[in-house]
Amino acid sequence: MTRLVIDPVTRIEGHLRIEAEVDGGMVRDAWSSATMFRGVEIILKGRDPRDAWAFTQRICGVCTTVHAIASIRAVENAIGAEPPANARLLRNLIMASQMVQDHVVHFYHLHALDWVDVVSALSADPAATSRLAQSISDWPLSSTDYFRGVKGRLQQFVERGQLGPFANAYWGHSAYRLPPEANLMAVAHYLEALDWQREFIKMHAVLGGKNPHLQSFLVGGMATPIDPDRQASLNMTSISHMRKLIRGAREFVQQVYIPDLLAVASFYKDWAGYGAGVGNYLAYGEYPEVDGANAPLYLPSGVIRARDISAAEPFDQTKVTEYVTHSWFEYEAGDGEGLHPARGETRPNFTGPEPPYEFLNTDGKYSWLKSPRYDGLPMEVGPLSRMLVAYVSGNESVRQYVDYALGQLGVGPEALFSTLGRVAARGIETLVLAEKLENWLNELQDNMGRGQLDIHDNSKWDPASWPKDCSGAGFHEAPRGALGHWVHIVDGEIANYQCVVPSTWNAGPRDAAGQRGPYEEAVVGTPVADPEQPIEILRTVHSFDPCMACGVHVVDRHGRELVKVRAQ
Amino acid sequence: MAASESWLVEELERRGVSRREFVGFCGVMASIFAMPRTVGARIAQAIEAADKPTLVWLEFQDCAGNTESFLRAGRPTTADIVLDTLSIDYHETIMAAAGHRAEEALEGVVSQKPGGYIAVVEGSIPTGANGAYCTIGGRSAEQIAKEVCGGAAATIAIGTCAAFGGLPAAAPNPTGALSVADAVPGLKNLINLPACPANAENLAAVIVYFLTFNRWPPVDRYRRPLFAYGKAIHDNCERRAHYDAGQFVENWGDEAHRRGYCLYKMGCKGPVTFQNCPRVGWNEGTNWPVGCGHPCLGCAEPDFWDKMTPFYSHIAGVPGFGVHATADKIGIWAAAGVAAAYAIGGLVQYGRRMVHAKAEEEKGGQS
Repeated sequence: MTRLVIDPVTRIEGHLRIEAEVDGGMVRDAWSSATMFRGVEIILKGRDPRDAWAFTQRICGVCTTVHAIASIRAVENAIGAEPPANARLLRNLIMASQMVQDHVVHFYHLHALDWVDVVSALSADPAATSRLAQSISDWPLSSTDYFRGVKGRLQQFVERGQLGPFANAYWGHSAYRLPPEANLMAVAHYLEALDWQREFIKMHAVLGGKNPHLQSFLVGGMATPIDPDRQASLNMTSISHMRKLIRGAREFVQQVYIPDLLAVASFYKDWAGYGAGVGNYLAYGEYPEVDGANAPLYLPSGVIRARDISAAEPFDQTKVTEYVTHSWFEYEAGDGEGLHPARGETRPNFTGPEPPYEFLNTDGKYSWLKSPRYDGLPMEVGPLSRMLVAYVSGNESVRQYVDYALGQLGVGPEALFSTLGRVAARGIETLVLAEKLENWLNELQDNMGRGQLDIHDNSKWDPASWPKDCSGAGFHEAPRGALGHWVHIVDGEIANYQCVVPSTWNAGPRDAAGQRGPYEEAVVGTPVADPEQPIEILRTVHSFDPCMACGVHVVDRHGRELVKVRAQ
Repeated sequence: MAASESWLVEELERRGVSRREFVGFCGVMASIFAMPRTVGARIAQAIEAADKPTLVWLEFQDCAGNTESFLRAGRPTTADIVLDTLSIDYHETIMAAAGHRAEEALEGVVSQKPGGYIAVVEGSIPTGANGAYCTIGGRSAEQIAKEVCGGAAATIAIGTCAAFGGLPAAAPNPTGALSVADAVPGLKNLINLPACPANAENLAAVIVYFLTFNRWPPVDRYRRPLFAYGKAIHDNCERRAHYDAGQFVENWGDEAHRRGYCLYKMGCKGPVTFQNCPRVGWNEGTNWPVGCGHPCLGCAEPDFWDKMTPFYSHIAGVPGFGVHATADKIGIWAAAGVAAAYAIGGLVQYGRRMVHAKAEEEKGGQS
């Protein structure tokens, strides 16, 4: 039995550590640990709820919109603000473009190097690469000369002897299976995607002033004025700019991302048999199609248990609890019971080894993440959960593309419950949203044309208009999954604030019953050819798109300063 | 090194970027520094001639926002920086290696190139719980920062968390978070690039500045380069004329808001915030926060999470901020202005939070 540690897990957001026991070429057990903590919710206490979005937004700079959205929704829910139609459309555009950009970046820049051997690309034949590229896509950057240029650039980079971020990786590992030409094509698209994401995310600069951390969010609406006749407002120039960006995104996803995904997947079909995880899937749903509470969502909410995709059951937020049995926190009534977030408490209680350390004590507490459970069960959240729930709920686009992808790969629906299924679901979701984006832009344009320019519910801006004591919840589908914020407001100030976030669901440790979290469960059973080079574990962990800063939240009603700031 | 002297130009030409275009880029760099465009040619020469300097990028109590900002760099692009300009030997978010192989890459730089690499730090450094609030490979952020930054030729603290403590250090600072300057005292050549996140153009400009002149740019009292932080946002703002004319936005989405009037009354912190947002813009100049209709949050200033909040309360009238103001000159005055502004709102609330936190701590200590 070999105990291996991957720390830092790289190509993720934040600080994640995986410890695993490997025996007979396979992972027998695994522990997922988040190793960073900030205490954002403690910091929020006593502050103006209208400011909360900016604080929570900084929980994560990768999914830079998601905690802002969940926060303004939670506060609106508490104070009874009703954002107008334009605010809904602006938010849908912001959220969906975040999703599209983030998923593409994940595929190429955070995940691809687990499947693509950069060094192997150096032996590719540019002409054969061109034939390969042209056989799977109409994307124009596919000539022999083009790939020769990319290969030359790579060659020159390698020959200078400074490999930078590509040094020390597992190049040449037997788990890499793509032919050199597919590797070269992927390297070319890695570089193209780096340029593309920079361009596409100008959507957020148009709608939010900048990215990362766009700045147009307001409790009750949005701060981006709309007026076709003013140059300081969102006008037809802005609409045209966004239309160009959206169409560019659609083309890139249709002609580069999806063909690459299918091509890469076709060499790794056995990964449809690994990494299934807990088999329970939770989605809060996203993209309201009309205004008001309980609006129908383009991607629906629902819960799937034990891989039963005959139907999704409705999501009931009262069934959410969080455990701290194996987390560096303690509960007043003991660590054996889970608490609903509205009654949640968090008292940081670090019991781990003093750094520097070799191993964590995984029999005890071993992570800064709590363990969320739904009806007592660990749940996977994210693109796979959303696509499964949308699939069984009858979303036409999702059905069509899921069936298409399965058909292309020649696998059945059971293949979805896997590392590969997670990767495919993310691609399908990107495609569905890239094609949907322009509808919302058109609606916004129509409103503008009709002179419907409202962007904000001014009636609830003044805290004097709020109830003295009120509570609310805001739900959102972040790129990495279901996100919920709970806020309690007293006398216009935040009395309590809690976030239950995607990476807590996915990356959390064991609960009181000893049930593993989704990462942990997914990694068990993964083959590991060489424990010194555990690329297989990274494949499954990366397939969730870890975002640890999001996961490490704290909370609560009893939070307090734990340490003195050292005087300088 | 003759062979490598012109590799960049050759490389660029092969990729269809003419020398003229490249010099054009360098002209853009020159304009960020507000230098004559002829300086562009000198910058171009410097970039071509330089060996790729080694850079390591550490992430501690961060959100990766500055990393994402870096991925948005357009002048030069991230791909150009990664492949051609610098050797980024350690950066957890983008590097291929993981686990102990990643640690080896960092150790290799520290042991083999003492005093010969640039360290970039993103995120604050927690000192509470003996460092357990942020560990990487089992070592605490503080241990890593001391070793890596201590041996660097220069350290760039990118983003407000690394530069000033930022969000984790906001009251009541639950984890004892510190800036790089406070956690690793006495660092030579420490440059702060605050803002939440820092603008990629400013990071690129600092690096090009160093490569060109072989020295680091002059800084203000907060160690911020003057070329990027030497002027108040208010003084470069496209809405300044409306401020001077007394034309203000009063409600979100009203006629004044749609016309682009001044956001001062909605809480804009532009008058007490020093950064080049209005001049350089974000996302290759596409827009900036005030440009999209939202007040400046003051994110490039120390303690902005406490001193600039509530964000939607307007600061007190601070007359006399002429266009020659800098953080050094008006720092004390600005602080006084901010204090005056929040005598009723923010500062009292801030104080109350601190007292509240302290009381709870004492209560907790007794129980």
